[in-house]
Amino acid sequence: MAVEKMSIAKALNESLRLALDSDPKVLIMGEDVGKLGGVFRITDGLQKDFGEDRVIDTPLAESGIVGTAIGLALRGYRPIVEIQFDGFVFPAYDQIVTQLAKMHARALGKVKLPVVVRIPYGGGIGAVEHHSESPEALFAHVAGLKVVSPSNASDAYWMMQQAVQSDDPVIFFEPKRRYWDKGEVDTESIPGPLHKAVTAREGGDLTLVAYGPMVKVCLEAAAAAQEEGKSIEVLDLRSMAPIDFDAIQKSAEKTGRVVVVHEAPVFYGSGAEIAARITERCFYHLEAPVLRVGGYHVPYPPARLEDEYLPGLDRVLDAVDRSLAF
Amino acid sequence: MTVESTAAARKPRRASKRTSAAKKPQSAGPQLVQLLTPEGERVEHPDYSIDLSAEELRGLYRDMVLTRRFDAEATALQRQGELGLWASLLGQEAAQIGSGRALRDDDYVFPTYREHGVAWCRGVDPTNLLGMFRGVNHGGWDPNSNNFHLYTIVIGSQTLHATGYAMGVAKDGADSAVIAYFGDGASSQGDVAESFTFSAVYNAPVVFFCQNNQWAISEPTERQTRVPLYQRAQGYGFPGVRVDGNDVLACLAVTRSALERARRGEGPTLVEAFTYRMGAHTTSDDPTKYRADEERAAWEAKDPILRLRTYLEKAGHADEAFFTELEAESETLGKRVREAVRAMPDPEPMALFEHAYADGNSLVDEERAQFAAYQASFADSAEEGK
Repeated sequence: MAVEKMSIAKALNESLRLALDSDPKVLIMGEDVGKLGGVFRITDGLQKDFGEDRVIDTPLAESGIVGTAIGLALRGYRPIVEIQFDGFVFPAYDQIVTQLAKMHARALGKVKLPVVVRIPYGGGIGAVEHHSESPEALFAHVAGLKVVSPSNASDAYWMMQQAVQSDDPVIFFEPKRRYWDKGEVDTESIPGPLHKAVTAREGGDLTLVAYGPMVKVCLEAAAAAQEEGKSIEVLDLRSMAPIDFDAIQKSAEKTGRVVVVHEAPVFYGSGAEIAARITERCFYHLEAPVLRVGGYHVPYPPARLEDEYLPGLDRVLDAVDRSLAF
Repeated sequence: MTVESTAAARKPRRASKRTSAAKKPQSAGPQLVQLLTPEGERVEHPDYSIDLSAEELRGLYRDMVLTRRFDAEATALQRQGELGLWASLLGQEAAQIGSGRALRDDDYVFPTYREHGVAWCRGVDPTNLLGMFRGVNHGGWDPNSNNFHLYTIVIGSQTLHATGYAMGVAKDGADSAVIAYFGDGASSQGDVAESFTFSAVYNAPVVFFCQNNQWAISEPTERQTRVPLYQRAQGYGFPGVRVDGNDVLACLAVTRSALERARRGEGPTLVEAFTYRMGAHTTSDDPTKYRADEERAAWEAKDPILRLRTYLEKAGHADEAFFTELEAESETLGKRVREAVRAMPDPEPMALFEHAYADGNSLVDEERAQFAAYQASFADSAEEGK
């Protein structure tokens, strides 16, 4: 029996362990990933078991981490890079956008860049500035990158396996406030392709589209709405680039009403892209305009204000009500 | 720092005295490694020696002459509208051929966009370098066929790739070395500083070859540094050496020594090749706006090709027939490059969607299909119009 209950953090740790174990070319690089096991302990114990040559504590220089990972990939390695927090990725943004994303195309396909960039992201943990951001749209906008985010332990385990096996660079956003949420993981059965959305809850009246940390909020909202007799479907996107528009379209055509929920600011967020695509694909099936719930167009607030900033159960239900009122 | 000196530092200086290009000190300092003087005299250096056969010397000369000829042809092709842009290496032939000929086949090169001479040494077909400047691709060669990575346009980024690659070489237990090219302008980039840090702490087998050609477009080296660039290495814990970048023998000897050091597992070396960009930054630039003719003239007297020719002739290592044949070979190369560029076809429109991803991408697939249908719609209307 390979089904085990574990936290997202543990699932990631187990998945990284499996990756290191099954391919000698896989490396882990980042700040404090060695003895400490990372500030969130995602790489706990891996350096002890695989050595300093494969689980590499790096200098504190994010551009250097990603830039050298690119060089290692060109040499045939498959680096998995940890960026300590979402807000710390920007020194590496140049290497990710101008080099990592484009080098395969620049070489007319003659080199591959199998690099995974892990980023713990999102708020809700009462942290100081730069520790709670959701910059996924900034990466999803860049051709050449793939951007994914698991919402549960099983996806954390399997999507990491798939990301490591991908020959394209993958930005792997980990919902840090859900690290300790537990779920069942079947380590012998792959749930599905990396870039396919999954219906997390079936419903007929309205579709909530979410990914990463917001899937749980949407499931709670759907359960609360059920008590009022509303049948809400929840779609877990899992991949923000590419997006499984077919799955969104199918659900939108069924329910006629869509609300997209993410922590990232609504303005230019993935919800905007999803709303536009739904309009293009199934305009006549819609009973209401696509609504969005997300962060505001302000810098991420101090911790004591983050509950106002982040979409919570009530703000999602409010959007559900507004959509159903059309 | 005292209050007075702070105030003094803030006092605006008259720019004319400080930055006049004509008065800019050009001395490379006593630390400069030189084996062949601008006058073509062979001199010895206590730390670096080189013993080349007449044939090898002629080979270096030939490389430099052909590289310069190719470079001149590319500049002409840009002026004729065949290329959108060209970044000339004029004046830097010795730095590139000397360092390039120090490499073994299994070594790996990470160039900037101006390493045409190094590309030549690696056996990359010169016409392949021109695709990106014509606009038919972003780099048309397979980096792994000649261990010569694609040209990197963003300044300094490739030094980190070279460092990572060298870390991989060390992990593999191979005894190859990696060389990263960059310039005086790039020395200010954070990526270059980070590559120094990473290569030092991991003891990576990489040679940082900085061609200090004195100008980063319009900015003189004084805008990038207050110390000679080679001295930067000391702060990172590895050796730095300044070599006469117009002396192909010294560049070869110094690079060879740095590569050997890397192979022995002794880590990185910074080589600063002190040279001069004789031409414009690129064909879009106008250096008359920011530097004086006298400066260029002074460097003209240090020409890398001329000094080797003087030496070859004086030492009796080459006869007139050699130079005549080389001239003919140069012209043949120029003609071949010219014809190849003119015959270079534009890519097919559908090539837009190739190679964005290695494993494919549903969004690209969708947009490719839309674009194909859009293109096909013109075919339909052309049919109807008949």
